[in-house]
Amino acid sequence: MLGKLFLYMQYPFVQYALIVGMLIALCSSLLGVTLVLKRFSFIGDGLSHVAFGVMAIAGVLKMTNDMMLIIPVTILSAIILLRTGRNTMIKGDAAIAMISVGALAFGYLIMNVFSTSANLSGDVCSTLFGSTSILTLTKKEVLLCTVLSIMVVIIFILYYNKIFAVTFDEKFSKATGVNADRYNLLIAIMISIIIVLAMNLVGSLLISALVIFPAISAMHLFRSFKTVTICSATISMICAFLGMVISILAGTPVGSTVVAVNALAFMICYLLGFITGGSRK
Amino acid sequence: MALLTVRNLSLGYDSRLIIEGLNFYVNAGDYLCIVGENGSGKTTLMKTLLHLQEPVSGKILIGDGLKKNEIGYLPQQTDIQKDFPASVKEIVLSGCQGRCGFRPFYCREDKQNARNNMERMGITEIAGRCYRELSGGQQQRVLLARALCATKKILLLDEPVSGLDPKVTAEMYRLIKDLNHEGITIIMISHDIGAAVRYASHILHVGTDLFYGTRDEYVKSNVGKCFLMQRKGGGE
Repeated sequence: MLGKLFLYMQYPFVQYALIVGMLIALCSSLLGVTLVLKRFSFIGDGLSHVAFGVMAIAGVLKMTNDMMLIIPVTILSAIILLRTGRNTMIKGDAAIAMISVGALAFGYLIMNVFSTSANLSGDVCSTLFGSTSILTLTKKEVLLCTVLSIMVVIIFILYYNKIFAVTFDEKFSKATGVNADRYNLLIAIMISIIIVLAMNLVGSLLISALVIFPAISAMHLFRSFKTVTICSATISMICAFLGMVISILAGTPVGSTVVAVNALAFMICYLLGFITGGSRK
Repeated sequence: MALLTVRNLSLGYDSRLIIEGLNFYVNAGDYLCIVGENGSGKTTLMKTLLHLQEPVSGKILIGDGLKKNEIGYLPQQTDIQKDFPASVKEIVLSGCQGRCGFRPFYCREDKQNARNNMERMGITEIAGRCYRELSGGQQQRVLLARALCATKKILLLDEPVSGLDPKVTAEMYRLIKDLNHEGITIIMISHDIGAAVRYASHILHVGTDLFYGTRDEYVKSNVGKCFLMQRKGGGE
């Protein structure tokens, strides 16, 4: 078993997958804490469906670098979704549901009508559930993913205090002269980038798991924003690593294995929290 | 010039006006209570004073060298905060954020400022505790310490005692009174008319009848008499 693992580890594509996978897990868990606390857990789900729709269009247009289209469109949808939270024309959750299922339907429709691929359902399945796409990344994609995720981590660290202030109390922040709208926009842009990156790892249907599980798990164990954020990042990276290793060894789909490991980690944290009294109140 | 001057202010949502032709001013060191029925526009007025909302017409002038990021605010608690994992220290420190600008981290002065204000509110011992595990009174002290980090001059409070038991309520009022004595101007929304006439130097009554004046003038005025009677009759 271990011998098999070491053998696989020598392949560059496995190394790439592990590096990129863990970086994505790190980014998604960092912002996950903020999204869960702001009651935006589902935004990840909505945006990933948008990304799926755009990916379908990019596929039809035969774009060589589809990220260049997917990232801007996803960012735009994120901005629209965060804005609707305040304007009460359509309530936040309804807006997310509308945009997400709409994009999903159009994406599949476009793929179906214009696709030239012989294995359409295979294509759809791999975009939705990730299947093995993390193992088939080209060097260029690995580089792009690495650069983008490191950027997200750096921005998160630089704006950590502002993100905390805006998440804890947007009204107070605004009243005391913090430009809360600017930081909400920043959060929206970062989450869009993470979603698009995470599609490679877990596919578009399972992304919210990467965002939500580590954050909730950490909240059962710790009680300050800093420790929760650090713990969430650690749990997420460990789970991503274990999930990928298991899936390589057992031949299971990468995305669902990573999510399953995350769910398991949540249950462990819940029990630990219950024992230590952290989950009470 | 007064710290805050409100001229001919009209407030409302969409086309519905809640308050029309409001005039008042707040001098440094005043203790102003805003009273009135539910839905009379007290919270809307406060939001407008904080520039969270645009007035329909009229002007709010700030004077005496008061800057926009020198206003402290104690908002009502939100649902989000009830299960928020954050330590007392983190929350108090976040009150300094308004002065940070683009600076990413808190400087030594900010940290000292936070420590001083925790000391002032008597919450130094619980600095490491989690906010959601504190009692209602302790939570209000934490938020008050945060507001003090944002200002040295003026504090706006939105019903600071709602949901607190009588003993903690009295402590809270005393705390606010002390801050006022230290020279911080107070503007407070209150449901508790009894406490308002006891502590405030000025009263602003909003509703169908507008009234602005000192506490003594209010108690003698028709609006004030009416409102006080009503509240006492209602078994406050």
